[in-house]
Amino acid sequence: MSGANPPADGADRPPLLALDGVRKEFGGSPVLRSLTLDVAEHEVVVLIGASGSGKSTLLRCINLLEPISDGSIRLDGEHITDPRVDPDRVRRRIGMVFQSYNLFPHMTVVDNITLAPRRVHGRPRAEAEEQARELLARVGLSDKASEYPDRLSGGQQQRAAIVRALVNTPRLLLLDEVTSALDPELVGEVLTLVQSLRADGMTMLLATHEMGFARSVADRVCFLDGGRILEQGPPEQVLDAPEHPRTRRFLQRFAEGGRL
Amino acid sequence: MTAPLDDPRRHDSGGGPPVPGPAEEEYRPSPLQREREAYLRRQTVRSVLIAAASTAVVGVALAAAVLGSPGWERVRATFFDPDVALDALPEVAAGLWLNLRLLVFCALGALALGLLVAVLRTLRGPVFFPLRALATGYTYGFRGAPLIIVLYLMTFGVPGLRLEGTPSVLVLGGIALVVTYGAYIAEVFRAGIESVHPGQIAAARSLGLTYRQAMRHVVLPQAVRRVSPPLLNDMVALQKDVGLISLAGPIDAIRAAQIATAETYNFTPYIVAGVLFILMAVPLVAVTDRITVRAARRQSADGAR
Repeated sequence: MSGANPPADGADRPPLLALDGVRKEFGGSPVLRSLTLDVAEHEVVVLIGASGSGKSTLLRCINLLEPISDGSIRLDGEHITDPRVDPDRVRRRIGMVFQSYNLFPHMTVVDNITLAPRRVHGRPRAEAEEQARELLARVGLSDKASEYPDRLSGGQQQRAAIVRALVNTPRLLLLDEVTSALDPELVGEVLTLVQSLRADGMTMLLATHEMGFARSVADRVCFLDGGRILEQGPPEQVLDAPEHPRTRRFLQRFAEGGRL
Repeated sequence: MTAPLDDPRRHDSGGGPPVPGPAEEEYRPSPLQREREAYLRRQTVRSVLIAAASTAVVGVALAAAVLGSPGWERVRATFFDPDVALDALPEVAAGLWLNLRLLVFCALGALALGLLVAVLRTLRGPVFFPLRALATGYTYGFRGAPLIIVLYLMTFGVPGLRLEGTPSVLVLGGIALVVTYGAYIAEVFRAGIESVHPGQIAAARSLGLTYRQAMRHVVLPQAVRRVSPPLLNDMVALQKDVGLISLAGPIDAIRAAQIATAETYNFTPYIVAGVLFILMAVPLVAVTDRITVRAARRQSADGAR
């Protein structure tokens, strides 16, 4: 728990990820308005907020899956929203995990994981598979390597999807409501995996509706509302003593739903 | 399970007493279930009998109408003469070999062209506008154009230009079939490509795959699997339409039948050719049905994305 922003290791290094005045419109209506956010290396930042508050859009913009309408995004100091930058090269440094897993259904688990190493990084199949099997063993899926995704439970699919994102050894991992599609009893296995990634020092930016998860994994929690970061700080501050009435109302609804 | 009498599901059954067997391996169907199965069996037998009877009635009525018609004897002699059929068979069968070879080449050509055009139509960005417009215009035009007219244009019009190196009429006819079927197949492929969930492309691109790699390794394999039943159906239609090449002159099965008919003034050779075409279609139709069933099964098992 290095604590609040700015991170403890000082101001001599630029943040790993820096968003400055990011705006995103869909058909004229703004989803993100002048959003500014820094994520330091090894920091875990959790985005919370109602559906439609812009969490997923923000993650998709960082991964350049959506072009932004204004502002800039920097990764390792490089301006990645510059139109001259090759987006494929940027995405290789960012891992992304989706709410609906998005495993490739026509490939086995191990082929899903080795696709990018083989096709993007040109590594030989044997070497890529060895690495994939090591990672699968770490997440307890050794016996599922040769299965097709539809033979796996939701939790197993999501763990495989996380491994697929990790195999590129990304600088930054984006997790978009990775537990929202899971049955309650399967949520735990994915959360445990994310916590172990945190212990390894992986820099993560994640959107979630699991407040308990946000509390246990976050260095910093950001409350998004109407495309802006309304409030941010350490989890105990934002989740337990929110300053803004809208944050309070949002958390109140979760408390009533028994999910806090 | 240990107290079956308290099971609420038992109360509304009104059947015999529940079977008290405590262990699952000793399970025997209850009288209620046995009665239900017996009833369903009786129903099945009844349905089969009714279906058989109605089929027989319709069949007999049709046969009586045809065989009892005043002109049947003459029709039988001109269309179903076994001697003429036997005489014509070698020629027609030799012609069918041409149809078969033409089918293989046209099928491969049309699939390749269709896939190319479908992919061109999915390209975005202003750079690709000319290619996209060309592909779109092609699918609009050739799906509307009657095959016979395309065939005539290719086989009579193109040689009329008297260009050096004009290919044979057979090749030109094959090209007519390929461009006409390619337009339909392109639309089938495009439907398949668009049916792949956008999350699949997002996942592929987020791994660093380029658009082309995502298409090649993620989208197309899924699209082709999904549309293989309709594609095979188009192949069945194509195998029948390769017979239209006879209009341009090459001696295929239908042309051979026409020649035999002209010699004998008997239409039986056409029937021979028709039967041979059906026999040629049977394996393809069977494969199509099998793949369709398998695809349906896979689809229903495909719970998660």
